[in-house]
This record gives sequence, structure tokens and C-alpha cells, in this order.
Amino acid sequence: MTVDVGLTVNGVRHDLKVDSRTTLLDLLREHLGLTGTKKGCDHGQCGACTVLVDGVRKNACMNLAASLDGRGIVTIEGLGTEQALHPMQAAFIEHDGFQCGYCTPGQICSAVGMLSELKRGLPSAVTADLREAAVDMVEAEVRERMSGNICRCAAYPNIVAAILDAGKA
Amino acid sequence: MPDTILGQPIDRIDGKAKVTGAARYAGDRRAEHPAFGVIVTSTVGRGTINKVDIKEAQAAPGVVLVMSHENAPAQAPFKHAGDRHARPKPQLNGARVHYYGEPVALVVADTFEQATAAARLVRVSYQTEMGAYDLAGNRRFAYTPAELVQGKPDSSLGDFDKGFAQGAQTVDATYTTPYQSHNPMELVASLAQWDGDRLTVHCATQLVDAAHHSIASTLRIPLENVEVISEFIGGGFGGKLPIYGDAILAALAARQLKRPVKVTLTRQQMFSVTTHRAATIQRVRLAAGTDGKLTAIAHEVMSQSARMDEFVESAAASTRSMYAAPNRLTRHRVVPLDMPVSDSMRAPGDAVGQLAIEQAMDELAYKLDLDPVELRLRNEPTEDPEKHVPYSTRKLVECLKRGAAEFGWDKRPSVPGTLKDGQWLVGFGVAAAIRGNYRRPATARVRMDENRHVTVEMDMTDIGTGSYTIFAQVAADALGVPIGQVTVKLGDSSYPQTPGSGGSFGAASCAPAVHDACMEIKKKLDAGQGPGNLQAEVKSAPGEEFKKFSQYSYGAHFAEVGVDTSTGEARLRRMLGVFDAGRIYNSKTARSQLVGGMIWGVGSALHENAVVDQRYGLFVNHDLAGYHVPVHADVPAVDAIMLAGFDGKSNEMGSKGVGELGICGAGAAVANAIYNACGVRIRDYPITPDKVLRGLMRPANLAQQR
Ligand code: FES
Ligand code: FES
Repeated sequence: MTVDVGLTVNGVRHDLKVDSRTTLLDLLREHLGLTGTKKGCDHGQCGACTVLVDGVRKNACMNLAASLDGRGIVTIEGLGTEQALHPMQAAFIEHDGFQCGYCTPGQICSAVGMLSELKRGLPSAVTADLREAAVDMVEAEVRERMSGNICRCAAYPNIVAAILDAGKA
Repeated sequence: MPDTILGQPIDRIDGKAKVTGAARYAGDRRAEHPAFGVIVTSTVGRGTINKVDIKEAQAAPGVVLVMSHENAPAQAPFKHAGDRHARPKPQLNGARVHYYGEPVALVVADTFEQATAAARLVRVSYQTEMGAYDLAGNRRFAYTPAELVQGKPDSSLGDFDKGFAQGAQTVDATYTTPYQSHNPMELVASLAQWDGDRLTVHCATQLVDAAHHSIASTLRIPLENVEVISEFIGGGFGGKLPIYGDAILAALAARQLKRPVKVTLTRQQMFSVTTHRAATIQRVRLAAGTDGKLTAIAHEVMSQSARMDEFVESAAASTRSMYAAPNRLTRHRVVPLDMPVSDSMRAPGDAVGQLAIEQAMDELAYKLDLDPVELRLRNEPTEDPEKHVPYSTRKLVECLKRGAAEFGWDKRPSVPGTLKDGQWLVGFGVAAAIRGNYRRPATARVRMDENRHVTVEMDMTDIGTGSYTIFAQVAADALGVPIGQVTVKLGDSSYPQTPGSGGSFGAASCAPAVHDACMEIKKKLDAGQGPGNLQAEVKSAPGEEFKKFSQYSYGAHFAEVGVDTSTGEARLRRMLGVFDAGRIYNSKTARSQLVGGMIWGVGSALHENAVVDQRYGLFVNHDLAGYHVPVHADVPAVDAIMLAGFDGKSNEMGSKGVGELGICGAGAAVANAIYNACGVRIRDYPITPDKVLRGLMRPANLAQQR
């Protein structure tokens, strides 16, 4: 069965007919050619496919494209370019927050979404005071909140350093 | 400012491509009008296929091809002998099922969704046989393999029994390590495309040359008609040394359909279709006098091997070289099981071997009432104790001393269970690291254009190791050009041959080739030629000199762990490794690899365990929710220090490998810290809360916690 969906990806409007089974991840990769978003598990277990949907981080593999009619998506390609890097992208390079680079687009999108969650005061399992309007950007919060993004190269210490650095800005 | 770019912590030259999503991995490759293949795998561990009923699948929307052993094209037969990674890998080539999760069919459709849906409609019936899936239960079938990568399966020196009897203190302990799965984040994927009789395969492989041979020989087509491209690889860790069904099946289907075919394994399929690290049972016996000097060492290893193929987990190989002792014994045995194929996983042999021997050394230290750092210092050999040749370089003592000082080892509680932090018992652990140093022949081509822009070409790969960056550094240094003036092209079988990425031999093998080719260019420049239109292709290989020395890289790990007294959960609090790997080409990327390896060690100590369903021989927890790898929350401050060094016996550039060194011994440091924290000794990895809690409940330990 095909369905009509209209969504905006990195500022560009797309009106598409898609298989109702198509995930946002496969839509991005196979239909729109935006292969920066990676597939690591297709089951919401690794975070490699993390993108921003209306500014909120989501696993693209866990969202059917058909359910996102009218939504705005930002992928790694929309965050910055080689000529004009997003500060988070630049921080990842400087701190060597990756090795193979496969989890990296997901880590970066997740980090950007995570920082806005801190600003909005969304608590996590390690947040001491749930009443604060904003949560402090401390290492423990970053580690806890980024745990849905697996890095098998285990660049974790460098990723956290990059996020803390970029988050200060 | 040092006058060479070699060794400098420069940013990865492929960094921008990786952080913007521009880097193209195999599965990112696109083609005109592609079809998508999905593999169907066996649901029995041992048996014969009666029938593959493809009727329903074939009739499903979008399906263009269903392939099983009943209609698969003829391919070269599987060979047991020869290069494990370059030999033919025939697919769907018979009715026999060798293990649970073996490819039995391929469904190809116009879209990925259609192929996925139709794959579920393939009905396979089997004549099921009783399989053997339990390592311990089948030890009576263990046999002695012909050889290891490192030489003979067994070794002995002096009289072990006598030496063991002489010891004032002894350890006789058995350690077990579970099956582990590489789980690189990138799924194994291939896009195959034919142009007449020429085949191009974009695949995820560490070894382009081996993949090239493997694909061409399986399909029985000339090597020159195949091009293998693997420009970016999303992690390998040994799991992408061989190629798998995705590459062969994509090529076969693309040929038949006359259109490009992309086949990607699912995460679940990665556990059985790709290789894994074999489970082991290791008995370690140590004896020492009251002076802490070892009188005897024995390390006996039993590991799983697939019945259909042989792989030996050479866990005791480095034990032959690590510590001095006059009486020594090592043994390797393999137990054939009806399980998926085991092969190398990050530091094969050493990673699991040191989980055992480095924990045994800790046990011995407590028995001798000696600091475990001191015990290791007292057993430092002056030459390789079994080969009786000098070490090329060995700075283990410096690693231990420097690490102890920087970590604050003097704050370690000497009595377990005495350092408390709220509900946590805190402990420190140490372990030494040793990893064999390998080098293979490699060829590099270097070109210089009229603007002095340098291009380096090799079929070498960058699996996250930093190959692109360090070879650019080597070329920039040799030719005295800025790094921005160097382009490195890797991962294409049309480039000169290298051994690829594996066994930590990539940099040590390829950097000398790049350097030598640059020197040829330099000679031409000095002779007044160029700069435009200059080219040099040079092969560099280990000489006889290489064999005259005992070659290893070394390290020492220090870990601080907290054990939750109410749940038994062990958590890493901080960790430091100090390493001796000769010259470091780039201290930023090398540190990343070492830290990554250390965290793998933490995972092997605390998390990783591919559990076998003993009824069917399948890995039950075959996904990333069930198979636990370290995540952000598991990893606090982990740091690595690299000692300055140069090992000219390894190669002219003085480097040794770093990719695998970090994991060696790391898990044992964590295990030893757990004992130091709470007095519970767990020899059955991974050290999960249930095991620790059982230990904590023992009366002696309960007393400690009050
Ligand atoms: S691919 Fe979406 S979470 Fe793994
Ligand atoms: S950089 Fe390789 S998985 Fe994160």
C-alpha cells in the first residue's frame, strides 16, 4: 500500500508516495539519497539513525515515514556542511569523537537534541533536582542521556568532551 | 614546534566527511534502478534441507528473484585450507545446514520493504539432527590443531610438574570466557553491479585484496574482472576480515537480474552469518617462591571451533613470552561444535588469554602477600624465555611504574573490602598487556603533480584506525609538503596490494611502503625531475631481521571499580593505560584506538556474552538490546598514555600496532579491581551482578561489609 506524505527535510519540502512500511530511515537513505543517517540495527537499539524531528531527537528507524506528514526533519546533512560545520561537528573533529565514523551522525544529532532537552529542563535518571527549570550540563547528565547512542569504536570519552565543549558555546 | 608532522595529534583528514555524513560506506552506495536482497537463514543448528518452498515468496509483490540451493548458480567449492579470508565463499551451495542462522535463501525485490516481507514467506523444511553446542560438555572431542598463527599449538620448557611442586605458593584456576560478537556499528552490506562481464562490489571489508580474491574465485571469474571498493568501513574489529554471503549473493543476483543488487545483513544476522569470538575454557597454573619469582607457568586453552571450519583461539601464545620462569607449558585444543564460524576478534588469542593469566597473576600476588605490580616487576625476563632471542623493545616495567605513579596506585587498599564509599565498596586492579607485533608485505604508489600535490594509493583500508590521516602524515613528512597537499586514496582493489587492516599490522606494514615510495619521488626531485608527472610504486616487506627478535607491544592497565553491595553491580570509576607501541604516528588517533580497546576490555569483563541456546545452537540474545556492549553511561574517565619509543626491529619507521593492544589485559584489571573492592573472585566472564552478589552473600564477605 502506498500513502502520500509531505515532509520538509533540511528545509526542502518533499511530497512523496511511499510504501506504508517505509521507515523514515529508509526514506531518507533510499528515496532521498541522504545516506548520512545510518542504519545500525533497524530496531531502535543503537541510535545510529538519530535525526531531529521538529527539533526533537528521534530514531528514524522507529518512525514510519507515513506518520510524519507535515513534520520538519533535520539530518546530519542539514546541520552543517564541510564548508560550514555546525559547532557540534567541529567539536567532534577537534576531540576525535569518533573512529570509524559510523555512529557519528547519530551521536551528533542526538547531542544537539539532548542539549535542548537540558535547556528545557527535561530530567533524566541522574538528575538530582527535578524542579529545576534547566538541567546543568555536567558529564554525568551527558553520559546518561547519550546512552542510546552506541559507539562500538568506544569513542565515548572523546564524544563527551566534544559535547561539553560545544555545549558551552 | 617539532619539525616533523609525524606523531603530531592532528585532526583526522577524513573527519569533515565523517561528521557531515558525506563519507560513503558500502550500504550508502547508490546505483541506477537497484534491487534489494534479503537473506533467509536456517532455523536449525544441524541437519539437511528437505525443501525450500519459494512459491509464495515468488508471488509476493515486487519480488524478482528467489534463490536457494535448489537454483543457485554453481560456484567454486569451499576450501578448508589456504588463506581463510581469500578463499572461495560459496553460498547456498548444498542442502547441508552447518549452524543455526546460516544463509539458506535470498529474496530479491524492487524495494527493501518488499524483499523483507517476502523473505518471511520462504518456507524451509529440514531433516533435523542432534547437534553439539556445549563447549564444556563436548570437551572429550577436543583435538590438537596443526598450528597457530604464532607457531605450534603446544610448547614446553623445563619440567613443569617439578617446578610447580617447588612453588611456595601456587595458583591452579580455571577461567571461562563466553562467545563474543564483534558488532561493528555498520551492518555488513554489499552493492554489486555488473558492466558486461566486469563486476564491481562495494562492500564492507577490512581486507580489500582478500575480498577481491575471495569474490573472483567463488564466482570463477578472472581477478581483473572484479573491482572491490571499501572506501569507508564502519568498524571491523576482525568481523570484516572475511567477506560473507551478502557480497557473493549480491553479485550472483545482480548477474542474473542484470541490475545492481544491494544486500544488507540485519543486526540479528550479524551474530551468525558473520564470525564471532570463540568461547574458551582456560586452566592456568602458576607457582612462585617466597621471593615472588615464578618457578612454573602453565596455560592450557580449550576453545570452540565451527565443525565446518577450523579456528584456534590462541589464548596462551603470548604467555610463552610474557614472564620469566624456568618451567613452562602451553597447550591449545579445539572442540568442534555445530556452531557458526569463529574467527579473529580484536586481539584474537591475547584478549581472552590475558583475561585468564592476568587474573591468575593477581591471585598469586595475594597468596604471596605481594603487591601485584611488584609481582610482575619481579618476573621481568631478560630475553624471550621460550625462544631465547632478545626482545626487539620491551618497556613493560616502565609502563607499570609510570602507570602506578600517575594512577595513584599507592592509595589502593591492600586488604579487599576495606575502602567504602556509601553503598559501594571500592577497589583498584592492575593487569599487564602484551600483543604480538606483526608485519606483512605492502605496496604503495605515490604520485606528485606539477603543483607538488601528492597522491598516495593503496588497497589498504581505514576501519576507524586513522589510516587516511597517518599515511598523509608519513607522506607529508617524507616529502616536506604541508599535509593539506596530500591526498590518500584507499580501499580499492585497483590500487597496489597491501595486507589491509587486521592483526594491528596495517600501519607497521604500509607506512614503510608509503615512506619508501616518497623517497623514490624525492630522489627524482633531487635529480632535477618533476615536480609534475612523478610516480613511484614501492613494495616493502619484513626482512630476516624481523624474525631474530621477540616482537610484541606492551602496556599496563590500572582500574578503579565500585561494587554495589546491595546489587552486586560492578561499575568502572576510572581507568588508565600506559602503552609501549614504538613510534606513534598520530598521538590523537592512536590514543583513541587505545582507549577504545580498553573500553572493549571493560565490556569483556562486565557485559559481553553471546548466550547459546543449548537446544538449537543459536545465539539467543542476537541484537544490541540483548548483547550488551559498553554505552556512554558505562564509561567514566578512561585515558591512555603512550610512552615515547622507536622499535627499529619492527620496521624502519619504528612503529608497532596499537589497534588491539588496548583490549589486552584491560578486562583482567577490572576483574582484579572487583576482587580488591569486595573480596569476590569471579573466574567466569563476564562478571555480572548475579555472580558478584552470590560471592558477597558468602559469610566471610558479609562480615566484611559491616
Ligand atoms: S538503526 Fe535506528 S536505532 Fe539502530
Ligand atoms: S565511531 Fe565507530 S561506532 Fe562510533
